[in-house]
Amino acid sequence: MKSALPIVTVVLAIVAVWYVAAALMNASLQRDLFANAGRADYSTQDLVGASLNMERPKLPAPHQVAAELYKLVFTIPPTSKRSLVYHGFITLEETLIGFAIGSALGIGLAVLIVSMRWLDRSMMPWIVASQTVPIIALAPMIVVILNQFNITGVAPKAAIAAYLSFFPVTVGMVKGFRSPDPLQLDLMRTYSATRAQTFLKLRAPASAPFFFASMKIAAAAALVGAVVAEVTKSEDGGLGARLLAGSYYGQTVQIWAALFAAAALSATLVGAIGFAGRLAQKRMAFP
Amino acid sequence: MTRSGRLGEFLPPLAFGLAVLAIWEAGVRLLHVPAIILPPPSAIATRFATSMPTLAADFRQTIQGVLAGYVMGSLAGFMAAILVDRSQFLQRGLLPIGNLVSALPIVGIAPIMVMWFGFDWPSKAAVVVVMTFFPMLVNTVAGLSVAGAMERDLMKTYGASDWQTLLALRLPVAMPFVFNALKINTTLAMIGAIVAEFFGTPIVGMGFRISTEVGRLQIDMVWATIVVAALTGSLFYALVAGVERRVTFWHASYRAKEA
Repeated sequence: MKSALPIVTVVLAIVAVWYVAAALMNASLQRDLFANAGRADYSTQDLVGASLNMERPKLPAPHQVAAELYKLVFTIPPTSKRSLVYHGFITLEETLIGFAIGSALGIGLAVLIVSMRWLDRSMMPWIVASQTVPIIALAPMIVVILNQFNITGVAPKAAIAAYLSFFPVTVGMVKGFRSPDPLQLDLMRTYSATRAQTFLKLRAPASAPFFFASMKIAAAAALVGAVVAEVTKSEDGGLGARLLAGSYYGQTVQIWAALFAAAALSATLVGAIGFAGRLAQKRMAFP
Repeated sequence: MTRSGRLGEFLPPLAFGLAVLAIWEAGVRLLHVPAIILPPPSAIATRFATSMPTLAADFRQTIQGVLAGYVMGSLAGFMAAILVDRSQFLQRGLLPIGNLVSALPIVGIAPIMVMWFGFDWPSKAAVVVVMTFFPMLVNTVAGLSVAGAMERDLMKTYGASDWQTLLALRLPVAMPFVFNALKINTTLAMIGAIVAEFFGTPIVGMGFRISTEVGRLQIDMVWATIVVAALTGSLFYALVAGVERRVTFWHASYRAKEA
């Protein structure tokens, strides 16, 4: 843990910069507030103190966001519609369902592409090209189309999360299944292994590092998909809906709290996958 | 590479793409799928052709935010990486945070940026700056550490200063990493600008067009806008990849193809 000290230092520096920025950005707003209240005798200290504790600041101070997070996570019952736990669970559910479907389909397609040459030659260029296209632009439309079929609630958002996580998984897993070098493939041939055996005993295990790398990307992408989908259909709740509600009503502290909740969710998911990856790495001894 | 080899490479995906379009067109017509759910490709093409002025205006609006944010974010990430490179301490502290931030749903800052910088394109550019900064930082720092000990020793025997070593050795070998970030950032910039427009924009822009036309159930117009977004994204990427080929022609991944 020799990097703990540098990380803590950098984090503290970010918090310090944040406080300064908050004071500077909110000061003019607070001056107007003082002027409206007829107060002219405030000191710089008053101004800074008030700027860091405004109700609707341009940039809320870190302690305000922390207090809001604490209030919305711990003091409000998780069943309440104001609780971030409630909205976080909605987002988490959509993300996990979408992530599971998206990665399963992605791995399935990668298997097909690796085993069928014509699929590889005809489809792979499109899948690679899809990585350069802002496919998230499709999100609002998917929600509406599924709505026409009376598919509402979690399903449309999970669908968007799924298709956002689908492409990176396909690309990553095709790379992974192709990672054994010709020497190893030749060895399998000298053992007269069937294609299925080669796949199960060589290609699949060799793809493990790629698997965990793609899962991390897919989880992060699925969460982005879920949050953006919630913005386009905000009446069912979720962290994205909180972002949108906050921006409608100018509740900046609420936006930042929702943002941090989403960040924590993403970091937890990616961290959990990274942890599973390291466990697998120890047992399988891949680099 | 010979001409026929190239053709052989392009033909299968082209055939596949055309087949998908044909099945889509036939399926929509035969099954009488309502146009609000999935318009046939021909309808989308017609709409594309007839709505050129609107689509062009949307494109101009969105691309401003994309390009301004892309240039500023990538440049800032690059400069930060060169500064961070001077200090081991900063590297150890910033890199894990940079990696973490890359996994976060940064598009969520869009509503905040719209509040700070208004509805017009600067707020979109601001979202793009934040989204593109960290991939560039992380990749450039990784790239700067690629130069081997042998090569660095050689620079030292030449009596090269730190800056000379950086300019003559370490930056050139870091270029593949820098371009990797530039390529990732093309997609991120498009995503950032379009999603930010979902949160508020003057009445023009690709993200605005998508969200309003979805509301009006003009799905063919939505598809036409998506075609523009897809073309823009791919061309942007291809442009950066083309420059990369020029700059890092010495890299193994390009030499191997010509051999």
